Amino acid sequence: MDFDLNEEQEMLKTAARDFLSKECPKALVREMVQDERGYPPELWRKMAELEWLGLIFPEKYGGLGGSFLDLTVLLEEMGRACLPGPFFSTVVQSGLFILNAGSEEQKQNLLPKIAEGKVIVTLALTEPSASYDAASVGVEATSNNDDYTINGTKLFIPDAHIADYIICITRTKKRGVPEEGITAFLVDGRSPGINCTVLKTIAGDKLCEVIFDRVRVPKKSIVGKLDQAWAPLEKTLQQATLAKCAEMVGGGQQVLEMSADYTKERVVFGRPLGSFPVIQHYVANMMMEVDGSRFLTYEAAWKLSEGLPCTMEIAMAKAWTSDSYRRVTALGQQIFGGVGFIEDHDMPLYFKRAKAAELTLGDGNFHRERVARQLGLPFHAQS
Amino acid sequence: MDFKVGAPESVDTDTEEGRKFRQEIRDFLDKELTPEVVQARELQRDRPYDLIPLAREFSRKLAAKGWLAPRAPRWPKEYGGVERSDEEQRIIFEEFTARGIVVGSAYGGIQGPIIMRHGSEVMKREYLPKIARGEISFSLGYTEPNAGTDLATLEMRAVHDGDDYVINGQKVYSTGAHYSTHHWLAARTDPSAPKHMGISLFIVDLASPGVTIRPLWTMDGERTNEVFYDDVRVPVSNRVGEENQGWSYIREALGVERIVMGGMAGTGSRSILDDLIDYVKETKRGGRPLAKDPSVRQSLAQLAIETSIRRLFNYRTGWLMSKGVIPEVEAAISKVWGNELDQKVGHIGTQIMGLYGQLESDSKWVPLDGRVEYRHLFAVHLSYGGGSHELMRSLIATRGMGLPREPRV
Repeated sequence: MDFDLNEEQEMLKTAARDFLSKECPKALVREMVQDERGYPPELWRKMAELEWLGLIFPEKYGGLGGSFLDLTVLLEEMGRACLPGPFFSTVVQSGLFILNAGSEEQKQNLLPKIAEGKVIVTLALTEPSASYDAASVGVEATSNNDDYTINGTKLFIPDAHIADYIICITRTKKRGVPEEGITAFLVDGRSPGINCTVLKTIAGDKLCEVIFDRVRVPKKSIVGKLDQAWAPLEKTLQQATLAKCAEMVGGGQQVLEMSADYTKERVVFGRPLGSFPVIQHYVANMMMEVDGSRFLTYEAAWKLSEGLPCTMEIAMAKAWTSDSYRRVTALGQQIFGGVGFIEDHDMPLYFKRAKAAELTLGDGNFHRERVARQLGLPFHAQS
Repeated sequence: MDFKVGAPESVDTDTEEGRKFRQEIRDFLDKELTPEVVQARELQRDRPYDLIPLAREFSRKLAAKGWLAPRAPRWPKEYGGVERSDEEQRIIFEEFTARGIVVGSAYGGIQGPIIMRHGSEVMKREYLPKIARGEISFSLGYTEPNAGTDLATLEMRAVHDGDDYVINGQKVYSTGAHYSTHHWLAARTDPSAPKHMGISLFIVDLASPGVTIRPLWTMDGERTNEVFYDDVRVPVSNRVGEENQGWSYIREALGVERIVMGGMAGTGSRSILDDLIDYVKETKRGGRPLAKDPSVRQSLAQLAIETSIRRLFNYRTGWLMSKGVIPEVEAAISKVWGNELDQKVGHIGTQIMGLYGQLESDSKWVPLDGRVEYRHLFAVHLSYGGGSHELMRSLIATRGMGLPREPRV
């Protein structure tokens, strides 16, 4: 039992904290909410130089060979800083999917490019049904000789408007169990027939509607194996879910710290706000919420890094952290009062991101249902 | 980081002596931890006091082996202790945890460290070996009718008279006083001093003339006590540390108690949750198993998650202690979290059972021996006993996050 980070992780954490506080101030974060692209290419280039974009990839694919726990440390700092941009879509979702599903050639071709910051990639799974299960994959890819034609609408796809490649998750077989017959295609983001619209979202991150209208892709663009994308995709979704938790832990920690600091400075009725027991109890609750989120997340990340089974732990982490981060930001809003309601304050950034993160990759109810199954309660749908 | 814990993974790394020691513990537990003892302990799981004679006897046997308080500070040999290696401490902890044994505090887990730090040499030589052997047990004599969370306002009076103190007054909620050998008593020795500066701490033989113990029955059917002192003579040598310095020792003892309570808080909830999971699988309502009711699934999953957090909070406290850190804030977090979880398990568990949730342990038709209903009642006192959760939360915020203290009136 050891709750300390190792030396390299401590260094990574400190370096990331310093870099992001300098290079990613809140003014930039707010600017990027309005910005059409949603990320500063200069910052992206610097992150590539720091080798963050390849942190999790094996060295033979141009990465640093870091563990998932290392990635968790970095993501926590990114969440703390509200880092805008395509790290999550490109490195976490797409990079890990290519690592999980791709052929050796695809990994050698694509992962170094991601690590060097040369390409932006996004994973397109969800559709208007807004679900993460295999049965909900309805976008079809139909075969004609050496090509496939993709038709249908993907929705809530992050950063698709700036993506060099879109990994489109399609249905290639209609009969049989839904999980068999899912195929991933690496599609050039500028292919004819792709129509991308950025949605207006609560957190101002760039989620898109992507319409595939008879988009032709060659057979060789299949990532991994025909009809067999679901298993690696499911693994990727689990990793991404945990990665999202790490971001939320960082955001929650920042809200806790800035709220606690504010209670020491703000004087009401002649004494510091933080000397009132009611406020102390809010802060204590926030601390317990964040610590709980942190430990669930890090235990799952440790298990993932060690190759131990952690389906239940990941579901627990997301179920808890989704609700908990929202509660922490709500308490933060209450502590700051009116000043925290002003759009230029930092609180709205976190409050809005907490809601976005809660809804992404399955909310509390979704993951509690997964926990219930892991606890051995017979699957609800069988009734 | 490393979240490894528990016996199965560690067995491979035992030394030769460690393996033997582990086998000794396993043999002992195979023999002594009989189904009757398990049942007795079940009924009082994760409670700080050993209320049931059979469980008490089991604890005494553990003490006799020197295994009672494996996480207490090392007990020097000169005071009857067994100086254990880190490996032995770890093995005791692992094997106990694997069998669900939670060791109570009635056998000096709280008093031992305080006596060790502040007691006179005479006191150490007299009491520490007895604690180590499990020969004596303590009931806490803190609370009075007008002094609870604001303990420093206590009124029980101890007057110095020759070689003795003469003590008069009343204590309440002295749980276990009717079977404990000693009272760990806070009394006022200087009424003219500011309230924190006039208190002393005593070890009182509960068989002393003038001590009257009367039962107070609690809403969960357990006995606690009120204890009356009528000109009770206590030798000066039974005073712990300096006169009028008792408050600082009591605060230390409360800190130890909180760590003990924090370590135990919520530990019983895991097994109740397991029982509830079996229950909803086997129980039908309206023709379908409760387990397929989405609200039941959500509730049990949520309890399982909060139970996992409880486990991780307790690991953190244990880990800090193993590094020699006194985990004041972390233990308070463990206590608040675990005890509130205990309350939720009782409340949600009885809800899931519906009408059956109100049946008591010896009733016809009662599910799960009434353990969940009992938990619902028992857990009520946990959020103020041993430090109210209001105080705990203020402590967490002030010491953990540096918030300013509330001005004293």
